[in-house]
Amino acid sequence: MFDLSPAEWTAVELSLRIAIVATAWALPFGIAAGWLLARKNFWGKTLLDGLVFLPLVLPPVVTGYLLLIWFGRRGPIGGFLDNHFGIVFSFRWTGAALACGVMGFPLMVRPIRLAFEAIDRKFEDAAATLGANQILVFLTVTLPLALPGVIAGVLLCFARALGEFGATITFVSNIPGETQTISAAIYTLTQIPGGDAEAGRLVLVAIVLALAALIASEWLARRAAIRFHGE
Amino acid sequence: MIVLAVDVEKQLGALQLSVRFEAARGATALFGPSGAGKTSVVNMIAGLLTPDRGSITLDDTVLFDAAKGINVPPHRRRIGYVFQEGRLFPHFSVRQNLDYGRRMSGRAHDEAEFARIAALLDIKQLLDRRPRMLSGGERQRVAVGRALLMRPCLLLLDEPLASLDTGHKREILPYLVRLRDEAGIPIVYVSHTPAEVRRIATTVVRLDSGRVVATGGLDLLDDAEADGLG
Repeated sequence: MFDLSPAEWTAVELSLRIAIVATAWALPFGIAAGWLLARKNFWGKTLLDGLVFLPLVLPPVVTGYLLLIWFGRRGPIGGFLDNHFGIVFSFRWTGAALACGVMGFPLMVRPIRLAFEAIDRKFEDAAATLGANQILVFLTVTLPLALPGVIAGVLLCFARALGEFGATITFVSNIPGETQTISAAIYTLTQIPGGDAEAGRLVLVAIVLALAALIASEWLARRAAIRFHGE
Repeated sequence: MIVLAVDVEKQLGALQLSVRFEAARGATALFGPSGAGKTSVVNMIAGLLTPDRGSITLDDTVLFDAAKGINVPPHRRRIGYVFQEGRLFPHFSVRQNLDYGRRMSGRAHDEAEFARIAALLDIKQLLDRRPRMLSGGERQRVAVGRALLMRPCLLLLDEPLASLDTGHKREILPYLVRLRDEAGIPIVYVSHTPAEVRRIATTVVRLDSGRVVATGGLDLLDDAEADGLG
């Protein structure tokens, strides 16, 4: 439909795969972090709060560099994962997903945390008196009531992951077919004389994808609202 | 026969709560002015608030004993609780709200029991609605049904009529009387309105400033009215 070359389709497909995998992996951690920050007081809470939001305020290149140091094959975490589980991040699309997940994480946690904070705890008390243990209370009452915030967090993280550039290129470079996402491809094309037409097509794809994600989240949020309020 | 024995103490801000009473079968009213600590007492019975000292015993089960370190969590107490504002789950239909206690305990669905309680409270026509679409009186009837369907050993009603206007109060009172006579579950009924207590309670525990000032029959209400409480 956009008359893309196979190489460009590869970049599009790769971007989507990386963004989806990054968001899916970030989600359980995002819900856990949002819940902890909203509900619990513990030693080191300020530190966790700061760590979660650090990627939002650090230059992406710095985040990418830190990932390279820690999650590279010779890094403490990357080396461990490689030796024990055969999981490699450096110069792989999985590394791009990790970078995108980390960059999108603060944007995911914020609305989820606010949603947990906004829930009336009285519903949870009511569920407990009706025989639900803490896990069931969370799954049947807390999480469903926080769903609009979770949807918003997923969208923001997904959008960030789709457009991530700085941390990704620093961590896993710009390898066509492996780590070259739409953003990286556009950047490469703008560096080549006569690459404008190709870059323009990819820019169009990026706009369409962003709009589609926005519309999908609006639709989901409205469906959640209907479930809650019955109209 | 004593069903419920409460002997608890708790510091709640400036209020030093120290309450001791026993309840037999039938309906016991916790009666007293706002701020007397009535809701705190039922929250302690339900396990939502932990006393500083004392004990709570239901039938032969110790629910709480500070000295022995016993504190049964609310989800294992099997105490039905009807809150002042109903607290129906907004993301569930009426039917799902009613069914919640059964689902959480993993019991099989009992259609006969469901139909009996829906008929008792006259809520059959509401089953597919969302709590948002109910009137205040309907909401409280569903809340009572939800508490009954978990097969409680004790039913706590905390000012269940407080959020309703006079017309809806009249509408729901007969259901509560029927409940007391037909369901056979002991009831603790919290209220500051003598007229309500008179309709429902058989025993009255009068609270004031965190203490039990009198225990007895409905004649206690006359004193209260004479004191200008009603």
